[in-house]
Amino acid sequence: MESNERLSAPLVLEYPFRRTTGPVIGAFLTGLREKIVLGIKRQDGTVLVPPTEYDPETSETLTEMVEVAQQGEVITWTWVQEPRPQSPWDSPHALAMIKLEGADTPLFHAVLAEGPEVLEVGMKVRIKWREVTEGHIKDIEGFVPFEESNG
Amino acid sequence: MAEISVPSSLDGVEPVQSVRTPIRMEYIFTPGVAAQTYLREFGNKKILGNVSPVDGAVLVPPRGADPRHGALCDEFVEMPHTGHVGSFCVTNVPIPGRDLELPYISAWIFLDGADIGFLNLVAECPPEECRIGMRVEAVWKPDDEIGMTAENILYWKPTGEPDIPFEAAGVRGWHVRRKGEADA
Repeated sequence: MESNERLSAPLVLEYPFRRTTGPVIGAFLTGLREKIVLGIKRQDGTVLVPPTEYDPETSETLTEMVEVAQQGEVITWTWVQEPRPQSPWDSPHALAMIKLEGADTPLFHAVLAEGPEVLEVGMKVRIKWREVTEGHIKDIEGFVPFEESNG
Repeated sequence: MAEISVPSSLDGVEPVQSVRTPIRMEYIFTPGVAAQTYLREFGNKKILGNVSPVDGAVLVPPRGADPRHGALCDEFVEMPHTGHVGSFCVTNVPIPGRDLELPYISAWIFLDGADIGFLNLVAECPPEECRIGMRVEAVWKPDDEIGMTAENILYWKPTGEPDIPFEAAGVRGWHVRRKGEADA
């Protein structure tokens, strides 16, 4: 190598292992496998989705997991025209913060829409489940827009 | 651990207890000026450090800046190939991607004259004999295998010299030296 040639080399950073979930994330993933979404109740009655073991503000231990709806609204979103090679999605989609009915915090997931012109803050979306679920966030294929029938 | 309550629809179902969320990032790493300089000299079996323009602290490996002050470091110094163990960890459990023979010792190595340490392996030393302050020296790969890579040094082995005092080992040494200078 010429002494003034710029150095460069491939670098791979990888975490390939299984990790244990703990009781709360474990129950959340169990719910996904059974095609329901669980949140966890805080002392003030609000519900965190996805759930955490501890209250992020007061650090209190949280234990009461509750089911929330499978539909909600888009709080904010961005459009992904060219998914990266290792993205769970291989076609253009939105990534969005989605607040499910019954939840007080938004969940991060994809909105499967034809194009960014369909997306709108406040739009209603609902879960599209994978046919085979295994207890993983990918059990949710994404969220799809829908019109509320009874306005 | 607190008992978690779940909706009755989940009664009796097998709970999920673990998950695979593999994370993999592939880069082309292009070192900056300081790391390029370091790697080229490392390929000649020389170890360089940076000197902080603020207080003269010697930083190894050189990163081109003193992160405490955001100050540009463009002065390099050549370091000796001896130092001491500032702190260490004995690993007894295998980790994916790390096929070292167990148990192995990872240590913060503080080169003589350096004010910070860097992580490396310590070998030719039973884990129960490793200690903070133990003097070590570099064991290099054979000369024909040396390249511009962090893998040049296989591990660090004890020199057998007397330990440096615990109070002066690792980052504690910084405060000891500063006090010495202030008293002088």
